[in-house]
Amino acid sequence: MSIENIANPKLFVKDLNFFYGNYRALKDINLNIAEKMVTAFIGPSGCGKSTLLRTFNRMYQLYPKQRATGEILLDGANVLDAKQDLNMLRAKIGMVFQKPTPFPMSIYDNIAFGVKLYENLSKHDMEARVEWALKKAALWTEVKDKLKQSGTGLSGGQQQRLCIARAIAVKPQVLLLDEPTSALDPISTAHIEKLIDELKEDFTIVIVTHNMQQAARVSDYTAYMYLGDLIEFGETSTVFTNPKRKETEDYITGRFG
Amino acid sequence: MQKLDLYTRRRIVNTAGLAVSVLAMAFGLFWLCWILWTLLEHGLPALTGTVFTQMTPPPGSKGGLLNAISGSLIMTVIGTLIGTPIGILAGTYLAEFGQRGWMAPITRFINDILLSAPSIVIGLFVYEIYVVRFKHFSGWAGALALAILVIPIVIRTTENMLRLVPSTLREAAAALGAPQWKIISFVTLRAARAGILTGVLLAVARISGETAPLLFTALNNQFWSDRMDQPMANLPVVIFQFAMSPYEDWQQLAWAGALLITLSVLTLNIVARVLFRQSVTTH
Repeated sequence: MSIENIANPKLFVKDLNFFYGNYRALKDINLNIAEKMVTAFIGPSGCGKSTLLRTFNRMYQLYPKQRATGEILLDGANVLDAKQDLNMLRAKIGMVFQKPTPFPMSIYDNIAFGVKLYENLSKHDMEARVEWALKKAALWTEVKDKLKQSGTGLSGGQQQRLCIARAIAVKPQVLLLDEPTSALDPISTAHIEKLIDELKEDFTIVIVTHNMQQAARVSDYTAYMYLGDLIEFGETSTVFTNPKRKETEDYITGRFG
Repeated sequence: MQKLDLYTRRRIVNTAGLAVSVLAMAFGLFWLCWILWTLLEHGLPALTGTVFTQMTPPPGSKGGLLNAISGSLIMTVIGTLIGTPIGILAGTYLAEFGQRGWMAPITRFINDILLSAPSIVIGLFVYEIYVVRFKHFSGWAGALALAILVIPIVIRTTENMLRLVPSTLREAAAALGAPQWKIISFVTLRAARAGILTGVLLAVARISGETAPLLFTALNNQFWSDRMDQPMANLPVVIFQFAMSPYEDWQQLAWAGALLITLSVLTLNIVARVLFRQSVTTH
């Protein structure tokens, strides 16, 4: 596996195993996530790609009976260490989910909610931050006149961009996207994909997707997973045009999955 | 031919099923309408201005229900104010912290028993622990009994409404690094607020017609009473007493009171339904 080829890793995943109760959902995963690049996880349902993503910010900790072993190093510290401050970890690693999840509050408050957890900004600075985040998420022009309206009143694609704005408003280093476009129509999807391209200038992005064309379009590195194993990992162009493993080839050519 | 037969059979079964359902609905509605009609027939003529301006009279003289209306209002409001916060907090515990440990399942089980406990048992319980100890009936005892009726209803609806909030919303807030108390108070409770308010309104509707718990606690009072440490007049007990009496005037007032309670319960239920419908459409 071409771990050593990655120029500038942000996250180092070493011997990662994950368990739902007694079921081993990830098996000795080793891979590195390149800084300010887009890494895509692909594979059939149940292969563990979302599970892997959710270990990076320890989302699984909300649920009893889920646990991970191994190491995920971010800035030299193990994310999985029990002493790791979860809130500070999640300030560094933001996440956007499959279904848009606007909070039941105004568009403005949706974005200010996360910022207020870490920073004590003046009203003026907060307004500037909200505008910055909405502009980054390419939503500003559509909502700038209705910031006080409920975030739940937006369209699905707008809601998802609001969620991206909310995640980046905290100024994380890493952005986790868990099938961010699977609930959206093609036009909204194109919006988000364009956005991912722009966001990788500032953020390290990891995206889980069911859509192989999407992985090919937006990512620099691709990991193909199957039944909890990392089958192949490398530069997207190589994985898609010249896969080393037969299983990968079968999957991306549509012969399987 | 085979296909046509199948289709005909389905149509017959469908018609028969529909007919049975409509009959069952008509049977239920018939009694409800009859009750409402009787109430309106007897209650409306009795519902004069003096009902709202005068106290409950001695037999044979004119009077109204003012003391009973105000007593009912006071005790219902205080009972709701005591029961609602406890119910919401306990319901939140069950929904948000109840996945681990043994406390939540036991609490839930006991709450279900409390929810279906006959209200007369609640009345006797408050009689034993409050009225007997303080040696007289009082408005506080009545409000307490009503509060105990409110708690399980609000616990149940709060838990159910919080469970309807998608877990992805909790995950999204947690992914921002929000501590659990902020997730609950700013995101999940806010998402469920219309549903919870519906539950509170239904609880108010339930207690505003309860007679048994007040019979043993607030009892009744023939005069104006705004003192919570004294026996307090209230509509259900007045209706109970007046309807059983042989006096024409009292019976008239009982009809008026019954109509008042029914109308307020009906209004509360309609408001609750409208609120709940709004909460569902905004999700």
